[in-house]
Amino acid sequence: MSALTPQLDANGKLKHFLTLDGLDATLLHEIIDRASGFLGVSDQAVKKVPLCRGKVIANLFFETSTRTRTTFELAAKRLSADVLNLNISTSSTAKGETLLDTLRNLEAMHVDMFVVRHATSGAAHFIADHAAPHVSVVNAGDGRHSHPTQAMLDMLTIHRHKPDFGQLRVAIIGDILHSRVARSQILALHTLGVPEVRVIGPRTLIPAQAEEALGVKVYYDLREGLRDVDVVIMLRLQRERMSSALLPSEHEYFQLYGLTEERLAVAHPEAMVMHPGPINRGVEMDSQVADGERSVILEQVSNGIAVRMAVMSMCLGTQNLQHSQIAGATDGQ
Amino acid sequence: MASSPKITIRNGRLIDPASGIDSHSDLHIAEGRIAAIGAAPSGFQPDRTLDASGRLVVPGLVDLSARLREPGHEHKATIASETRAAAAAGITTLCCPPDTHPVIDTPAVAQLIQQTATRNGYARVLPIGALTRGLKGETLAEMAALKRAGCPALGEAERPIRNTHVQRRALEYAASFGMPVFMHPLDPELSEGGCAHEGRISARLGLPGIPEAAETLAIARGLALAEQTGARIHFRGLSTARAVTLLAEARRRGVRASGDVSIHQLFLTEDDLAGLDANCHLLPPLRTQADREALRGAVAQGDLDAVCSDHQPHDADAKLAPFPDTDPGIAALETLLPLALRLVDEGVVGLTEMIARLTQGPAAIIDQPYGRLGIGDIADVCVLDPEARWTLTPESLVGRACNTPFIGTEMHGRVSWTLLGGRVVFERVEQD
Repeated sequence: MSALTPQLDANGKLKHFLTLDGLDATLLHEIIDRASGFLGVSDQAVKKVPLCRGKVIANLFFETSTRTRTTFELAAKRLSADVLNLNISTSSTAKGETLLDTLRNLEAMHVDMFVVRHATSGAAHFIADHAAPHVSVVNAGDGRHSHPTQAMLDMLTIHRHKPDFGQLRVAIIGDILHSRVARSQILALHTLGVPEVRVIGPRTLIPAQAEEALGVKVYYDLREGLRDVDVVIMLRLQRERMSSALLPSEHEYFQLYGLTEERLAVAHPEAMVMHPGPINRGVEMDSQVADGERSVILEQVSNGIAVRMAVMSMCLGTQNLQHSQIAGATDGQ
Repeated sequence: MASSPKITIRNGRLIDPASGIDSHSDLHIAEGRIAAIGAAPSGFQPDRTLDASGRLVVPGLVDLSARLREPGHEHKATIASETRAAAAAGITTLCCPPDTHPVIDTPAVAQLIQQTATRNGYARVLPIGALTRGLKGETLAEMAALKRAGCPALGEAERPIRNTHVQRRALEYAASFGMPVFMHPLDPELSEGGCAHEGRISARLGLPGIPEAAETLAIARGLALAEQTGARIHFRGLSTARAVTLLAEARRRGVRASGDVSIHQLFLTEDDLAGLDANCHLLPPLRTQADREALRGAVAQGDLDAVCSDHQPHDADAKLAPFPDTDPGIAALETLLPLALRLVDEGVVGLTEMIARLTQGPAAIIDQPYGRLGIGDIADVCVLDPEARWTLTPESLVGRACNTPFIGTEMHGRVSWTLLGGRVVFERVEQD
């Protein structure tokens, strides 16, 4: 009945970054532009800008993650913020009370931002709803729901190769059902004006009523789905989905949905290949594609730091410092 | 109970679906029963007269499913707190599901609940006995003893018997004593881990889904077993159009089956999950608009015999978590009648039909002599002002919990007096 937690403050500035649902193209372009500016920071001798100096950012990871946590940590450090890393293992009995207790304790340490990863859909919204008014919350992945910084780093990556979103056909392949990455990518692609988004996978891994609910075209056949696409996004297949009621085996999955050079041939000749990592080689794609010239997978990782810097600095309200300092930072680009 | 006074309820519009009465008639009560309708018996001297001008006088409501959380979960609510709320809501008879702690699988627990309710004196509580010991789905409970201890029906709460053989034997054994069996139609495997209708909204929000087929399958299984065994089966809390169709079709064939719907299913849909409000986390989940329309139609036409509150009061912590990790359920006693009257005002269900689904219908399912106002019937009466309009707020709730998504919603109609067995157990003070 109630609406989702607002992500924008009274002035229309980003306060929380929980989902791409409800954010407009202008804002997404602002993130992309700001992140593009930050790309040069990594090439400087001193890889830091002072945008968030004196701010405290807590990485609150209720679900284990190396890659995402590391890039968030690096991004925060490059913004000159102080970073706390908390890996909080959630037992099945751990409930809201402990989650809220954790929040209260950190708030007492004057944390300015929570970066949250949690295994349950809606967790980031829950935390934003209950955090103190001065605290910003950035969603680093909640259950199957949303992973907006991953989606935005993918948008930045696409934008750097194919700047005109209005001309693109994009295919997302794999476990759409359980993927917060796919849900966020689909929202971002639509908002940025991509006219055709396809999802490809077996019926067991496609959500109910996907076409209507997500506004995508569904393909069960890889070859058909890949035809003429400009961007191919592979999803990671969790090991526990294998040999279950969802899929018979890795072998059969690769046979049907694994990306190979030969299968990629039906896509647009300049199609780019993406993967949020880490790759299961020989399951989602073979090494030839993963390491091939169309793969932008490692670039995605670098872009991830820039996008997270952009989102964190925007949420912490440092827009006003932006121009002079970023301009200085990106001279070498 | 103390000896009850003589009461006359004057000038009200008396509606009793069981006897077909709908007229402006006075109601005279003595010895806890209806003594006369219309003219008072000769020499009748009421101890008290209630002026029901502009009000409806209807049987006290019978609610087939309300969790009172006692014994075992008194941090959420108690029999005292919830029966008091029931009285304020015009509900005089409540059935509580067997998933208390300990489970209602022995006469001792069944009696304890009734004694506590009687001592408090706000509403009659009828415990639904467990079909199997500990609700484990393995060994039959001592059903005859539970019946003697006051259980009008048996059930499985929301812990369905997985073993179909056990389910069949449980139905057969219950049928030996003519006891109806309440089933919560939800296939346990198909619904495992789910917290939302599998459809548009669950796809968008990435919420683990419960497919429509989880209910369809359980209904089909229950109907097949009812037909095989001749047992009387009652499906508690339907949520889909398919279930309604299956049930109506089986009833036409003569299968002894009935069904009810929880009042919130007649208002809310999967779309209400868009804000991830934990108060919309329900089991069965909120379904589609088409399902809601079919359920409304079934209530209007009588394919569903009863509308329930499915009251599930929770402590605040139970809802303080990300949506899927919260406990399902709504605190619903006090919105049952006002929401039902809203459906009448919106032209969805006729007034008499709606009153029937809240009184005579549910009473017939459990074979109990309540929910009617014929001469000689037990004087459970609800007097209400159908024109009252008010907004639900946490402060307006009498019950202990306020886990309801209807806070801020306009309510239609308000109870003025509630009588249980001829005694006034609720009286609204700010009457004008």
